[in-house]
Amino acid sequence: MHPAYSIIFFTVLSGLGYGLAAVLGLGVLDAAAISTRVAHVLALGMIGAGLLSSTLHLGNPQRAWRALSQWRSSWLSREGVMALASFVPLTIAAGWSMFSGEAAPIAGVLGAAMAMVTVYCTSMIYASLKSIDAWHTNLTSACYLAFSVSGGLVGASFFAFLAGDGVARVLSICACVALGIAWLLKLRWRRRTKTLVPLSTPESATGLGSMGRVRLFEPPHMTANYLTKEMGFKVARKHADKLFTIAVLLGGTAPALFLVGAMLAAPGAMPVMAVLLSGAAFAAHIAGLFFERWLFFAEARHSVMNYYGS
Amino acid sequence: MTSLPEQATPKRLGLVIDLDVCVGCHACVVNCKEWNTGGYGAALSDQEPYGADVSGAWLNRVHSFEVGEAEQARIVHFPKSCLHCESAPCVTVCPTGASYKRSADGIVLVDEDKCIGCGLCAWACPYGARELDLAAGVMKKCTLCIDRIYNETFEEVDRVPACVRTCPASARHFGDFADPASAVSIMVAERGGIDLMPEQGTRPVNKYLPPRASKPLKDSSSLLAESTEGATGFFAWLDGMLDRI
Ligand code: SF4
Ligand code: SF4
Ligand code: SF4
Repeated sequence: MHPAYSIIFFTVLSGLGYGLAAVLGLGVLDAAAISTRVAHVLALGMIGAGLLSSTLHLGNPQRAWRALSQWRSSWLSREGVMALASFVPLTIAAGWSMFSGEAAPIAGVLGAAMAMVTVYCTSMIYASLKSIDAWHTNLTSACYLAFSVSGGLVGASFFAFLAGDGVARVLSICACVALGIAWLLKLRWRRRTKTLVPLSTPESATGLGSMGRVRLFEPPHMTANYLTKEMGFKVARKHADKLFTIAVLLGGTAPALFLVGAMLAAPGAMPVMAVLLSGAAFAAHIAGLFFERWLFFAEARHSVMNYYGS
Repeated sequence: MTSLPEQATPKRLGLVIDLDVCVGCHACVVNCKEWNTGGYGAALSDQEPYGADVSGAWLNRVHSFEVGEAEQARIVHFPKSCLHCESAPCVTVCPTGASYKRSADGIVLVDEDKCIGCGLCAWACPYGARELDLAAGVMKKCTLCIDRIYNETFEEVDRVPACVRTCPASARHFGDFADPASAVSIMVAERGGIDLMPEQGTRPVNKYLPPRASKPLKDSSSLLAESTEGATGFFAWLDGMLDRI
């Protein structure tokens, strides 16, 4: 599948934003700290930027509101509805924290739950497509949720260190555990993708399997078309493996090491060091997620390629 | 509404495509574009129509496959347009209600005034039967030529899809699959019509008739030029002379 930047941006940023908003909503951070208020704004900003970015790839974005209508059948519609609905408690929680310096537990917990449901809906847009073997698994949703949570915890750790909050170390430990779980799930997802037997083949796609092996002799047109551009993207296996290693190192190993460093640096003498290290952890994790998400699209094969000989 | 009709549609209109007969001339491809670029919905745009990298939206395309091994291999021309699936995944994923399946005759259509051009339906279709029009930003797909088949200002013979009407080999047939006595139903029954990718669970309405078995090459009598047996007159003399050289 073509890795469109608008969609990569959307899934990475909104996933992180929802994760951070969920951790904030649970009221773990000191609501009075300036950094916590900044974190609230950042979370909403990331969600908003992600959603805006997702409209960039639409052919007719001015009609985007119509996408809220078909929640009965469409995961994309459900995602849109949940995204808008979850803005209400999340904005209340953020606003309350900003102006009163206190946590808003009901709005916060409700917002956290709705944020996770929204991420689940996002993941189901992809996981529900039977035409794309790599995505059509519960592991896809598990990975989206796990990365949202791990991103939220890494981000929250940074803001806790920034506030000099004692909860920072607990958060960092949770973040490291979440990172481990997320990347283990992702490794399983990728092993499945690489070893799966395609549901459809050129033989089943043409119905000619009983006559023997089916190979493309002539494509319908000499040049590329919408289908081959949108669904025929291929990334060389050796590059994909390297990119995946980079994704794990940046998105998993580096943030975990940085967080351990921050925990060691935290007590007493070196708060600045802890802030810098946890900030680096957050940045590295985000960068790693971009690699991970790019591959999520680039490595997925669509069944229509059975008609195009690749 | 992008939920599918709850009951089986009383009519199931669709196409039979005869892979034994199709000669791969692409006439249906061209006439489909010709008819539909001026018919239902936005025109079918082309990008860089006169450039080296031309591309555009088409509702019907012909692929050619090589099937089988070595001496048994044969070429099969393979026209492909929307199969108007009964469990159409392209319909249920649509967030706007633009994509729908008509409860009366099962035709799958896009209401272009509602389509936001998100492209999700094209991802959901396992067959690649939907293409985004890059100029209008809306999804295009085969309409089963809805503006022909019900058009009472047309003569009866023209009330079939453009691709069916134009095919010089009669490889495409239009009809109602819900009616067991219709020509298409009989054809499918007699020739063993097949579903494409049944494993995707889409339950396509369109059916494909497989190529008839061909005589293996090695069973064919040796080529004429290989044998001079039975030659008479001048050719018998020439045969004898040439043998002596
Ligand atoms: S062929 Fe594709 S576009 Fe047509 S109804 Fe089936 S899934 Fe939808
Ligand atoms: S591209 Fe249009 S028809 Fe297709 S899913 Fe999106 S809104 Fe619906
Ligand atoms: S039925 Fe009409 S729209 Fe569909 S492939 Fe044939 S000519 Fe094109």
